[in-house]
Amino acid sequence: MSAVTTLERMESSSNTRELLTLNVGDQIFGIPILQVQDVLGAQKITRVPLAPPAIAGSLNLRGRIVTAINMRACLGMPDRDAGAKTMSVVVENNGELYSLMIDSVGDVMNLPYSDYEKNPATLSPQWRSLCQGIYRLKDKLLVVLDVPRLLEGLQPQE
Amino acid sequence: MDDLIVEFLTETNEGLAALDLDMVRLEQNPNDKELISSIFRLMHTIKGTCGFLGLPRLETVAHRAENVMGRFRDGNLQVTPEYVTLIFESFDRIKMIVAGLEETGSEPQGDDSALIEKLDAVYEGRDGNTQNTKDGSKGDGKEDELQALFDATPVLPQDQWHTIVTVPEGDEGDAAKAMEEAAAAPPPPPPAPAAAPAAKADDHGAKASSGPVAEQSLRVNVDVLENLMTLVSELVLTRNQLLQILRAQKDTEFSGSLQRLNHVVSELQEGVMKTRMQPIGNAWSKLPRIIRDLSMELNKKIDLVMEGENTELDRQILDMIKDPLTHMVRNSADHGIEMPADRLKAGKLETGRVVLKAYHEGGHIIIEIADDGKGLPLAKIKEKILKNGLATEEEVASMTDQQIQQYIFKAGFSTAEKVTSVSGRGVGMDVVRTNIEKIGGSIVLKSVEGKGSTFFIKIPLTLAIVSALIVEAAGERFAIPQLSVRELVLASSKSSIKIETIKGTPFFRLRDQLLPLISLKQLLGLENDGGDDENRYIIIAQIGAYQFGIIVDKVFDTEEIVVKPVSNILKNIEIFSGNTILGDGSVIMILDPNGIAKAMGETDISDANAGKKTAQDENKVEKTSLLLFTTADGTPKAVPLSLVARLEEIDTAKIEMSSGTAMIQYRGQLMPLMPFDSSVNLKTPGKKPVLVFVDETSTMGLVVDKIVDITDEIVNVQVAAGAGGVIGSAIIAGKATDVIDVGHFVRSSNKDWFKRHGDEAYGEQSTEGRKVLLVDDSPFFRNMLTPLLKVAGYQVTTLESPLHALQMREDGEKFDIIVSDIEMPTMNGFEFAQKVREENSRWKDTPMVALTSHATPQDINHGMNMGFSRYIAKFDRDTLLSTLSEALVSNDASKVKSAGGLQ
Repeated sequence: MSAVTTLERMESSSNTRELLTLNVGDQIFGIPILQVQDVLGAQKITRVPLAPPAIAGSLNLRGRIVTAINMRACLGMPDRDAGAKTMSVVVENNGELYSLMIDSVGDVMNLPYSDYEKNPATLSPQWRSLCQGIYRLKDKLLVVLDVPRLLEGLQPQE
Repeated sequence: MDDLIVEFLTETNEGLAALDLDMVRLEQNPNDKELISSIFRLMHTIKGTCGFLGLPRLETVAHRAENVMGRFRDGNLQVTPEYVTLIFESFDRIKMIVAGLEETGSEPQGDDSALIEKLDAVYEGRDGNTQNTKDGSKGDGKEDELQALFDATPVLPQDQWHTIVTVPEGDEGDAAKAMEEAAAAPPPPPPAPAAAPAAKADDHGAKASSGPVAEQSLRVNVDVLENLMTLVSELVLTRNQLLQILRAQKDTEFSGSLQRLNHVVSELQEGVMKTRMQPIGNAWSKLPRIIRDLSMELNKKIDLVMEGENTELDRQILDMIKDPLTHMVRNSADHGIEMPADRLKAGKLETGRVVLKAYHEGGHIIIEIADDGKGLPLAKIKEKILKNGLATEEEVASMTDQQIQQYIFKAGFSTAEKVTSVSGRGVGMDVVRTNIEKIGGSIVLKSVEGKGSTFFIKIPLTLAIVSALIVEAAGERFAIPQLSVRELVLASSKSSIKIETIKGTPFFRLRDQLLPLISLKQLLGLENDGGDDENRYIIIAQIGAYQFGIIVDKVFDTEEIVVKPVSNILKNIEIFSGNTILGDGSVIMILDPNGIAKAMGETDISDANAGKKTAQDENKVEKTSLLLFTTADGTPKAVPLSLVARLEEIDTAKIEMSSGTAMIQYRGQLMPLMPFDSSVNLKTPGKKPVLVFVDETSTMGLVVDKIVDITDEIVNVQVAAGAGGVIGSAIIAGKATDVIDVGHFVRSSNKDWFKRHGDEAYGEQSTEGRKVLLVDDSPFFRNMLTPLLKVAGYQVTTLESPLHALQMREDGEKFDIIVSDIEMPTMNGFEFAQKVREENSRWKDTPMVALTSHATPQDINHGMNMGFSRYIAKFDRDTLLSTLSEALVSNDASKVKSAGGLQ
């Protein structure tokens, strides 16, 4: 984690940061590229019975067990039609690997910090807790995902 | 924290552990010079390092303690228990300061002057002990300086001096040789820790001075080893994958190399596993001190014997059993071993023994904790069981000693009269068992009262790689640890093993035990697809002494799997204990039988015959099976199911009329039909449900609109309705329901319905107008029976309690016959009968009939002895009336006989 932040700091000194864009439903999201470990295509996922609905299951990534998170469920969107291809973005949190299941990935964008804005007031509370901020792109809004917060939120309440 | 401090902490903690052990030994062997020297050296090292690192508090305490130790070493102070306690006190103080140092990085504030004063007093010979006189010179300073000089000078250790000095006089040549030899002799090994993998600061390594000679060893960070372990596990998995592929193929050029790879990987796995192995002695190292302190505290004499301390087991497991072991040893000392006087009286040696044994067996480690104390007090345990309401008296009476002993594993159970600081809080054994079972182990108890108790703990050698059975349910595969699988059984209509249901819960019979079953599909909320109702595979799992069956669809084979912990997000799903990657690369969840048992609602894990108990329990609760139905107005109505002979459905088109009564041809006879009430229209076309009541040759069908359900409820008829046909209302299935009076309907259909019994043998006169007293605490039954009796021609008086009845007796009332229930709250039927049969009771000769659900031969005998003339089971309507008449007739006959003539 400290490696990432150092690099991020280096990035900020250049006034832009690189985000991997991804699509879930009609919304475009961004994750700082340095948080992304892998981008995967469709995977064989083992269901975990009795798990919360946001957990799609587990998958095997080069010998490590990765927990698959259904992003649509997290964001309160309906599931995709069966048969639609999914992609996943693998991130790490607290030593564990998670695979965020999304619709598709987009490009890596290099966006200036000056365009970074706080969450608009109109953002739903559910999304507000998952989003760090937004970027205004030419014709749409890009929401920056707060991955650690998303994953913390899924932990069982003690 | 400073690296130096970290190292210091590790070493000091190890040193302190060894010191504890050594001091206990010293107390038992006060003149062992070796021991004293080694203790002194350890203290000295600690003191030196403290000084070097600038830890004044530690240095002072260590220094003062070292002074006292010095006097022991010099031989001018005897080692006594009091002094040992004082030294222990200083060890504890050092431990405390070290703990504080660990936490905050610097010494905690505190005042040690009291302890220091005590130590100094002993050192200087002014502690009031007449044996303690410090010879000669005062002036500590000077002595200390000398001491310091001595220590600072690099000289050969003391024992080597002897070698040099004792050369025979006058033998110069030999002296030279001897000196050479002495110089060449290797110095005694430094007190370096011998254990290989060093755990974090609070682990206990075996010190060279306390046992075997220091082996060549290396300190390795735990994380490095863990990493190595993970990598090897991955390798094992990959190897499994390759092997699987190989199996599917014919001989290829890969075969040879792969086989070699296979062997090498297996050996590598074994080797790496070994690095995690530690001798169990490490878990036992604290125990001698604990026993010593306990013996002092409790004024008992206790010896601790440890066998097999070199038996090795996985570090992880070691950590998990440390506390349970400590707890059990404390229990043995506190509860098991008796006071010395008591032991002598019992013919035992004054000193009790607690024996710890460890050895390998199969793929497990067995640890025994035995004491020769007084064993488990069966009487006290029985008392506690009853007091805590864990079982009834009858159940307790039928248990074996072993079963009773198992109760100590229940939460909150403690037969200790007082809660001492040592034990008695009743949170012990259940936690012990849980912890042991968590690692896949089991614990068994054997105890003989008066002789002692032994606990046998069986734990697997390693946690990481486990044999598991792969099963499938609803198309998903799961793994179950082989250890918990006791048996695998196939239940099908063709096999002898069948699945039975008791009150909706599936059970099955395994040899002569009834085991509860749970469907894995159901438990996990998976869809009911796949799997075959004809053939079900049942996995019989065992947790401790509790067995149960898990129904699955398919069973594959056993595989060695690497257990990986579940993601944090999933860690609270108790049914899974981990997950793993199979040879084909798929991830599957590992089931935890403990979690499954909990989910079944069976937290009671000591009774393997839970099924049997449930079946027995049924009879005790007075629930009535009721059939619920509705008529057109929709209000729910109920009728006792036992009264209904059959449920039929008729086509209204088939109903025929005969002299005003609706009839239908039914089983070769004509059955009169009655609509329940005017709302039930027999003329509307279609099918209608019919409740068929049968009594010997009479049949009658009650037509209703809709059958709703069958339910078992405790029926409490609250409101007695006036309308014929309804006894009253009760709350059934949460709704106000009319309980119907079957008698009314059957009589309306056939006024001779009940009279059939009585007509031939007993003329109407014999029962007409006879007074019956009905005593039963249940309003339902009173309401049920009253119309029955009335119709048979009796004058019925009903009472709730025998106390009222006895009151009536005092008031001068008389009855021809008394019908009484047995189970009543205020006074039971047996007592009532006894009272009725008392010498000057007005009712002494009144026939009494017992009407009850307790109808075992014992009950009947008991009833007869108490004074009942007849004994019949409830709801046996037929028998009731015939019995009553019969009882009356025989009573008349006997009265007439005694009056000396025939009527």
